[in-house]
Amino acid sequence: MSAVAVWVEISEGRLKKPTLETLTAARQWADSENLPVVAIALGADFPPNLTATLGEYGADSVIRLKGPQLEPLVNSVYARALAQLMRERQFSYLLLPQTYDGRAVAPLVAVWADGALLSGVTQPPQREGSTLRARRIAYSNKAIEWIATEHLPVIATLRLNSIVPAKNARTPTEEELAYTPMPEDLRLKPVGVEKVATDKVPLTEAEIVVSGGRGLKGPENWGIIEELAKALGAATACSKPVADVGWRPHHEHVGQTGIQISPNLYIAIGISGAIQHLAGVASSKNIVVINSDPEAPFFKVADYGIVGDAFQVVPRLTEAIRKYKEQHAH
Amino acid sequence: MKILCCISHVPDTTARIQFTADGKALDRTGITFIVNPYDDFALARAAELKEKNPNGVKVTVLAVGKNGTQSTDSVDANLRKALALGLDEAVRIDAEPVDAFFVAHQIAAYAKDKGFDLILFGKESIDYNGAQVPGMVAAFLNLPFVSYATSIEIQDGQAHLTREITGGKERLTCALPLVLSAQKGLAEWRIPNVRGIMQAKTKPFQVVSPVSVTPRVRTLRHEPPPPKGTFKKIDPENIQELVQELANKGLI
Repeated sequence: MSAVAVWVEISEGRLKKPTLETLTAARQWADSENLPVVAIALGADFPPNLTATLGEYGADSVIRLKGPQLEPLVNSVYARALAQLMRERQFSYLLLPQTYDGRAVAPLVAVWADGALLSGVTQPPQREGSTLRARRIAYSNKAIEWIATEHLPVIATLRLNSIVPAKNARTPTEEELAYTPMPEDLRLKPVGVEKVATDKVPLTEAEIVVSGGRGLKGPENWGIIEELAKALGAATACSKPVADVGWRPHHEHVGQTGIQISPNLYIAIGISGAIQHLAGVASSKNIVVINSDPEAPFFKVADYGIVGDAFQVVPRLTEAIRKYKEQHAH
Repeated sequence: MKILCCISHVPDTTARIQFTADGKALDRTGITFIVNPYDDFALARAAELKEKNPNGVKVTVLAVGKNGTQSTDSVDANLRKALALGLDEAVRIDAEPVDAFFVAHQIAAYAKDKGFDLILFGKESIDYNGAQVPGMVAAFLNLPFVSYATSIEIQDGQAHLTREITGGKERLTCALPLVLSAQKGLAEWRIPNVRGIMQAKTKPFQVVSPVSVTPRVRTLRHEPPPPKGTFKKIDPENIQELVQELANKGLI
């Protein structure tokens, strides 16, 4: 059965935003080619409403591969199982979120399912006759690249925050199969996880990011960033120089050699906007720049700009947002 | 221990990116090409392992590419720079890197019967950020693949690693051989010293013909990103205006 298959990433027992984005994109893709959406979940155990939730976001059928050795995730185990399903069921397409694990699993599936890999697409690929076309970001936000393949099957990863999750309800069929990994796929052995800042949204998935740079003058001044982030329900980030001197941890560094993000709203405070920084954030949908230097290059990519002293502007903005939220709380 | 360290040849991070008239390829005029910054983490870790055990570790640096017409666009020069970190030999597979499948196929074909214990890459290249090649090489060679690795220590043929995952880090163990893609943290970037640069000039350097393989994905064209208009200037005394704008767009 030709279909758009989707790998359903379950993280800490939940379906997170990247998975819902991927399902939404898969639904659009499937509709454009008149195909069903098959959601594939792998795990030792599944969240109680998994199949129903996948149906809400457009899955026509759900395949659950279950086995005690499917947790924690090992990329080769997941890729082998997905490639095997693709071959057996003759799925034309597999879509994965471009998360850490999606990015690791996809190339393995591409080789083992003998497919073509379209990496980091920003919208569902479109078919024109025998050619499948896709759009992605290239040269660190400095260009858009249109790519094409005539090969089948196709494995694609969807860039995070490119698609707004949308419901498209149906009642999916459900199939649960036991899966035992091949011993050679278990050579890599996870031994434990260290979480950072568990109360915060992961930077790559955050819809709003508040970011600080050298203009904040020292780590002791980060309170205003944290406060604004808290008021907005945002993740916090920083520029490279700030991470390099140790004012902030490296996992907060966004930019060309740090984490690349494309949130709906990026607020840059005291960051000049060097080309390497912009490379990591320029695909954010809305950019607010707060900087005391009116010549800061960041203003060139801003949607909103405030020329002013961050130490005065930011607390004022935090206060105004808090007030707005109080007035509009339901 | 035999280490293969694969590097790619990318425009400098500050380069202004322009394309040929048909939009199909990068206009290479005036661009300085560098070793992909993430590959530098892999090279640095390979250099550290070599330093600790100079006689027991041999590091081969590999790139797939053709030298450009300008001196700033030389794959060979970037391979020599990598050698200058104290690594042993360089290999250039003499082919245009058409797509990730093609490149991974070339690397796997070269590495297949050489008995490498460790194959290192950067987590992605800064031109297309595809993060495809390392995983594909692992899959072709049927070796374990550690993505976004932030540390690796080796003891008695066993690797102890950490990798970045969403919201944290994971610790792993794996018997060698394995394929790894480097994230920041794997090692501190290194700058070659004069002695290293001098020695690199005479180190073994091999140019290898590519194997025949059909690429699967092609570029139709490149476009500039959607242009940004002029930004709306908000008076710091009237911050309410910004809040209203963000609210109107449904952002808060």
